[in-house]
Amino acid sequence: MLIISKSLCNGCGSCADVCPFGAVSIENGFPLVNDGCKLCGICVKSCPCQAMDMAEKPVKAGDLKDYRGILVFLEQEGGVLHPVSLEMTGKARELLKTCGGGLYGFMAGDGVGPLADELLRYGFDSIELYEDESMRHFTAGAYTDAFTDCVSRLTPAIVLVGATPPGRCLAPAAATRLRTGVTADCTSLAVDSKGGLVQTRPAFGGNIMAQIITPNTRPQFATVRYKVMDSALPETPHGVVRRHAPPSARRGAGLIVEDVRRPEKSESICDAKVIVAAGRGFSEKKDVDMVKRLAGLLGGTYAVSRPLVEAGWVEQHRQIGLSGRNVKPDFILTLGISGAVQFSSAITGAGKIVAIDKNPEADIFKVAHTGIVGDIYEIVPKLIARLEGGEPAHEAVKLA
Amino acid sequence: MRILVLIKQVPGSRQVDMDPETGVLKRSAHDNKMNPYDLIALEMGLRLKERAGGVLAVLTMGPAQAEEILREAFAMGADEGFLLTDRRLAGSDVLATSFALSQAIATMEPFDLVLCGKQTTDGDTAQVPPAISQWMGLPVASWVRTIEPADGNTLRMTQDLGSVIYTVRLPLPCVISVDSDALQPRLPSYKLHKQTRGRAVRVITADDFPDNDASKYGLEGSPTKVERIFPPPRNEQSEMWNDPAELASEKLYSMLTDLKIV
Repeated sequence: MLIISKSLCNGCGSCADVCPFGAVSIENGFPLVNDGCKLCGICVKSCPCQAMDMAEKPVKAGDLKDYRGILVFLEQEGGVLHPVSLEMTGKARELLKTCGGGLYGFMAGDGVGPLADELLRYGFDSIELYEDESMRHFTAGAYTDAFTDCVSRLTPAIVLVGATPPGRCLAPAAATRLRTGVTADCTSLAVDSKGGLVQTRPAFGGNIMAQIITPNTRPQFATVRYKVMDSALPETPHGVVRRHAPPSARRGAGLIVEDVRRPEKSESICDAKVIVAAGRGFSEKKDVDMVKRLAGLLGGTYAVSRPLVEAGWVEQHRQIGLSGRNVKPDFILTLGISGAVQFSSAITGAGKIVAIDKNPEADIFKVAHTGIVGDIYEIVPKLIARLEGGEPAHEAVKLA
Repeated sequence: MRILVLIKQVPGSRQVDMDPETGVLKRSAHDNKMNPYDLIALEMGLRLKERAGGVLAVLTMGPAQAEEILREAFAMGADEGFLLTDRRLAGSDVLATSFALSQAIATMEPFDLVLCGKQTTDGDTAQVPPAISQWMGLPVASWVRTIEPADGNTLRMTQDLGSVIYTVRLPLPCVISVDSDALQPRLPSYKLHKQTRGRAVRVITADDFPDNDASKYGLEGSPTKVERIFPPPRNEQSEMWNDPAELASEKLYSMLTDLKIV
């Protein structure tokens, strides 16, 4: 609840000016806050009279010190580990250098013992393996039961889960059951010496980043997308695999997996080293052909931002962004993409980002290494012609 | 079949921007709209209702103006609308939001199926459906592409989990989060819009919750807290080209050869 002190307020209206949601107006020289208030706290910080307060009741922190170490969800399907799990492991090892504690892994499945044994080389003190026929395939019920059982036994301060389809279901289910906090799709993670996790991600549906903490509950759950963190490197194994049967409380009862199909492994944009990405700057579906051609000439793959998927021009698996995928290519060329944070946060790991857009103020130019202000309908055909062996359109300029 | 679809009103376009020099947040003009992924869930629900018979209700949590999307849902064919609106719910993270929604649902006649869109365009987390399932003690399936009624009071569905596609059967009641680009949501019908104009929407507040422990919702009920906000990081080493197309394309060609991409 936002509390405003009548005696301290001078009616200057700074709060109304800074509110990003238009939730504050000044009536009779005093702020009036409407339903749009999201309690983001910006007005509190901007008030020159310090007349505003969020009035949070102090919450007893509880036995936070009983929670130590980091638990990583090791996601496997058909005995194959999802590479994001090694990225979570790498990040966990880095964080533990500051906050201390054990490195634990959780794996569920059926007949995946050999995989667990192999993974000890990534530095785990233990890998908790839950095996049962009911866990051969990911189902929210059985996996949440096992995961929360594991967390309750190990009491880690932090739990890291890769933001894959199963992970994005498992993390909030487990965090809710444990009545603790979870932050999805973190773009960066840091930790203080007491094990407090600092979670950064885009927020409030706008072009803003938020730094989030989970001060009073444990563990602190976070999910991170594939291709954001660096993978762990192997070393001499020192830990053990501990085997468990699924816990008896089976809330997943009744769910039956009838069929499992592995779709043809099509090239995933996540693994491409060179990407050409198209955005709303293109006005017709057939123009996407130009993008495909250019991608082919560069030996790469093509991708799109959300509007082209929503328009039905391209399939969703080619989408880069918060509702699509993260990519970390060596080189990405964006064409006609304005670069809102929902898109650009998904490419910031790329080696080199080159952007073409006709609006010099476009946000994409804040993240691009090279920004080209121009018309994609002029530049792209000329580039394609040049790549297909045409004559230089202009005296070649040697770049340093 | 009693179906409930959870829907959310989201900004139509990027709503907030931060000036990196002054730290001041700037508002840009926006229209609110129904979260596009919720339209798909609604369409899925309406088709199920048409097939299996029954009632389809919609619930939204938001400020009073969120009633607009309940009316839009009526014009698509929803039968009942519920607006969960309460200033005390402001500042809720996923734990507090899912608690509030599950409490609101507890005030209604029980549902066989709770349907949600895959994520919102202003939060993008996809966390609420699994979280709600835990408060309600129901099975949950996310990333569901198709749903059809099956024997023994179950639903058969296909789930796309990325590297694998499952066909599963889930007993009712359950929570499902829908991810189906192929499904084209129907447009609101003017006829239904006129017919439902006078239909009342039930307003729910925190006072109606069976468990109205204030420490479980709003800011107090949110274990995660925003410590600070800032504009997205700028790339410090950027350069800009403002060249005519011929020169730009030639420079780009040079860059690609230098990088050994071509």
